[in-house]
Amino acid sequence: MRIGVPRESRSGETRVAATPATVGKLLGLGYTVFVEEGAGRAASFDDDAYRDAGADVIDDAVWNADVVLKVTSPTDAEVARLRSGQILACLLAPALSPELVEKLAKRGVTALAMDAVPRISRAQSLDVLSSMANIGGYRAVVEAAHEFGSFFTGQVTAAGKVPPAKVLVVGAGVAGLAAIGTASSLGAVVRAFDARPEVAEQVESMGAQFLRVDVEDEGPSADGYAKETSADFDAAAAALYAEQAKDVDIVVTTALIPGRPAPRLLTEEMVASMKPGSVVVDMAAANGGNVAGTVAGEKVVTENGVTILGYTDLPGRLPTQSSQLFGTNLVNLMTLLTPEKDGEVVLDLEDTVQRGMTVVREGEVLWPPPPVQVSAAPALGTDVVTVDTNKKERGPLLTPQRRLGLAVAAGALFLLVSAFAPAEFLGHFMVFMLSVVVGFYVIGNVHHALHTPLMSVTNAISGIIVVGALLQVGRGNVWVSVLAFVGILVASINVFGGFRVTARMLEMFKREEVAR
Amino acid sequence: MSATLAQGAYIVAGLLFILALAGLSRHESARAGVRFGVAGMAVALVFTVFLATAGEGGSGWLGLLLIVVAMAAGAVIGLDRARKVEMTGMPELIAMLHSFVGLAAVLVGWNSSYEESPYPAIHDVEVFVGVFIGAVTFTGSIVAFLKLSARIASKPLTLPFRNQLNLAAIAVFVVLTVVYVVLPEESVFGRHLLLGVVTVLALALGWHLVASIGGGDMPVVVSMLNSYSGWAAAAAGFLLGNDLLIITGALVGSSGAYLSYIMCRAMNRSFVSVIAGGFGVESGTAASGDEDYGEHREVGAEGAAALLSGAKSVVITPGYGMAVAQAQYPVASLTKALRDKGVDVRFGIHPVAGRLPGHMNVLLAEAKVPYDIVLEMDEINDDLADTDVVLVIGANDTVNPAAAEDPNSPIAGMPVLRVWEAADVVVFKRSMATGYAGVQNPLFFRENTQMLFGDAKERVEDILRAL
Repeated sequence: MRIGVPRESRSGETRVAATPATVGKLLGLGYTVFVEEGAGRAASFDDDAYRDAGADVIDDAVWNADVVLKVTSPTDAEVARLRSGQILACLLAPALSPELVEKLAKRGVTALAMDAVPRISRAQSLDVLSSMANIGGYRAVVEAAHEFGSFFTGQVTAAGKVPPAKVLVVGAGVAGLAAIGTASSLGAVVRAFDARPEVAEQVESMGAQFLRVDVEDEGPSADGYAKETSADFDAAAAALYAEQAKDVDIVVTTALIPGRPAPRLLTEEMVASMKPGSVVVDMAAANGGNVAGTVAGEKVVTENGVTILGYTDLPGRLPTQSSQLFGTNLVNLMTLLTPEKDGEVVLDLEDTVQRGMTVVREGEVLWPPPPVQVSAAPALGTDVVTVDTNKKERGPLLTPQRRLGLAVAAGALFLLVSAFAPAEFLGHFMVFMLSVVVGFYVIGNVHHALHTPLMSVTNAISGIIVVGALLQVGRGNVWVSVLAFVGILVASINVFGGFRVTARMLEMFKREEVAR
Repeated sequence: MSATLAQGAYIVAGLLFILALAGLSRHESARAGVRFGVAGMAVALVFTVFLATAGEGGSGWLGLLLIVVAMAAGAVIGLDRARKVEMTGMPELIAMLHSFVGLAAVLVGWNSSYEESPYPAIHDVEVFVGVFIGAVTFTGSIVAFLKLSARIASKPLTLPFRNQLNLAAIAVFVVLTVVYVVLPEESVFGRHLLLGVVTVLALALGWHLVASIGGGDMPVVVSMLNSYSGWAAAAAGFLLGNDLLIITGALVGSSGAYLSYIMCRAMNRSFVSVIAGGFGVESGTAASGDEDYGEHREVGAEGAAALLSGAKSVVITPGYGMAVAQAQYPVASLTKALRDKGVDVRFGIHPVAGRLPGHMNVLLAEAKVPYDIVLEMDEINDDLADTDVVLVIGANDTVNPAAAEDPNSPIAGMPVLRVWEAADVVVFKRSMATGYAGVQNPLFFRENTQMLFGDAKERVEDILRAL
């Protein structure tokens, strides 16, 4: 089948759905790849690089391919170019744009929404929301640093002491965590807040302080995303934001609830209470914004000198990186859709991942998909820990005290026995004890590869029991002789066989130089 | 010849045995170690035969004849077995040889019961202990041999109250020993009867101990029986007042026990419960098979070959499946082919891979894989994340991520090879069946895992052709 990668037509879109590197992988799956002229220019991939990777660079005929891979959702003009039976994979935001879904269905195409990947661990490799959010979080901090009039890191210089910038990150999803990591690595003091208390560990692992409110909330939704919170919780959180707004220099908000307008977190009063020169980056601007006064796609400076960045193209500001990650997500999607690696798409709607992404199949609207329960959900409340009731909880059998007691008892018992034992026996026992210790230490550092030869040589040596039989054979009772004879026989098998087989094994252990 | 000369010879032999064990700990000195062992054995045998046959109270020409005939027959059988054995059959052979030591210990014990001793009480106890350990070793090894050679099912036998049964057997043994000591010399029949009962009891105990251990835990069992055979020899040494037997038996017993301990640690099992037998069955609460792991993906030999030729570093983790399929030779050829192409190929060996400690090493050595690219689990585990392709050949439980990630898994806590950290994993397997632990392996359903079904040997050969 043919894959077409068109040039993105929306203004300001710098990304491209395939890079020369991902083209190679698509070819490896058995597809022919067509890339539109100039598709990768904004992302610093020129047409020759695609040609070198094995793609055909053509004009806008790429829209005729069997599979169209895109970044953003198609424009009306582009939808008109689609024909029945084609497969389209791109960002679709099906929950926010039902009319687009309708239009696609009318064209009779199969549409896969890259932003509707179920959040299960198996599907992580095709989740563009994660990969784009990661880039966006990084860029949000870089943009903030650009606007901010001071250092991020604290310094003591000859020209005076510089305090570190204080950064508040609201929403510790992928974007939030990326922002936390970037801000910490620039040296800022980072605090973070999220309605899901269980992400505290992740926040702290990235080097930030996790802020808490004292209201119990019911926790995350089953699909792994944040959801709308209770009124009590919101009030407590608002108080926290109000307090933090006065203190921090940079605020990065990332709070998004899928399929709904972004929650309003920072009110006008809070923004007004911020210090002049502070910067707010509202990563939810495209969905209405978390901050009062955000204008999607714009930089706004408030009356009191607070800069509010509402850029909606944060990932697109790193076009090369974004295209590479987006392209890789698409490759992983195509890998999933091409089980035979023969260049034929097989859409399996039994698979929860493919079902979740398929918004339209050959003109039939399949949105919304049945809910998917996240297997790796950080379960909360009653089912946090599944206790294995079958397992009896037993303390360690040997506490130090018991161990000491046993040792003392054994020692006393031995002394008691030795008081009545013949001297000869104790002499033998001494030999025995020492040999046990020697045996323990002598193989203490045995090389793992030699376990088998060691065992077979000790086996041969334990054939020394033949000595016992040797001393008994041919004297006195006939039966004694017969038994001893059998004993010699079997022990000899052991001695000769054991040594021979050990030698044979060791012959095989050769270092490379010897072998060549 | 004086008895002191024999004593001196025994000291020399004992030292040589210690050197043999020490030598076997390192590759460089391993061959010298075997020579020390042979020399020690030769010294011990020559002087013992002289002591036993020549001079006053010796068994004379008849004794010498019997000894020579028995030893010659034993040598022929032993050398023949050792020459013919396949390296994959090594576990069976060693288990069988252990049974001979056990049998010999029982025979020596019986014979000693006829001997006069200045300390009858101690002697009686020694007879019982010697026969008991010998008999346990004997039947235990036979069961291990039968299981390893697949003559009986390797499934653990789970009798009700089996731990109580074992304890009861030991308690009965103690009681009988006391009765035997108390019983006067004159009641010959009673003493014979007791000896017979104890022998049967120990035989049954040995059988039960090993029968209740599953096939997957066989490396530990073999190592444990090795240790038992040493203790049996040591017990015989006490019986006969022979220091050489005591030294050697104790050496073998304690080194075998230490080896078992290493194994147990590798499997995160309690050492005590291994010695007691039937371990690991407790946790065998049938693994919940209803969990949905998703779909596994298959790959063909060509696909695997393509993966390999694109890789810079490859790690191969073999398991018992490689031994069963006799795939070590094609694996070695594959290794050589890849190394000639400049691919960094190494082997990661789990301590309990195979049915014998070090089993995989022996097989790979047989196929002439240089031993310095064959690494232990701890040596390779941290490198797996930087590895391009891992080939899992016939291993299952030893690469199961559930051991590390699922606290409810029956194998939870067992250290495993973290193959799933590599970029790509190809699993060679006959089917989707579970491993010996009976646990499903989530590795097979991972994103980066591809299954290559079929006989490991044929599939590796297919890959070689595709390369």
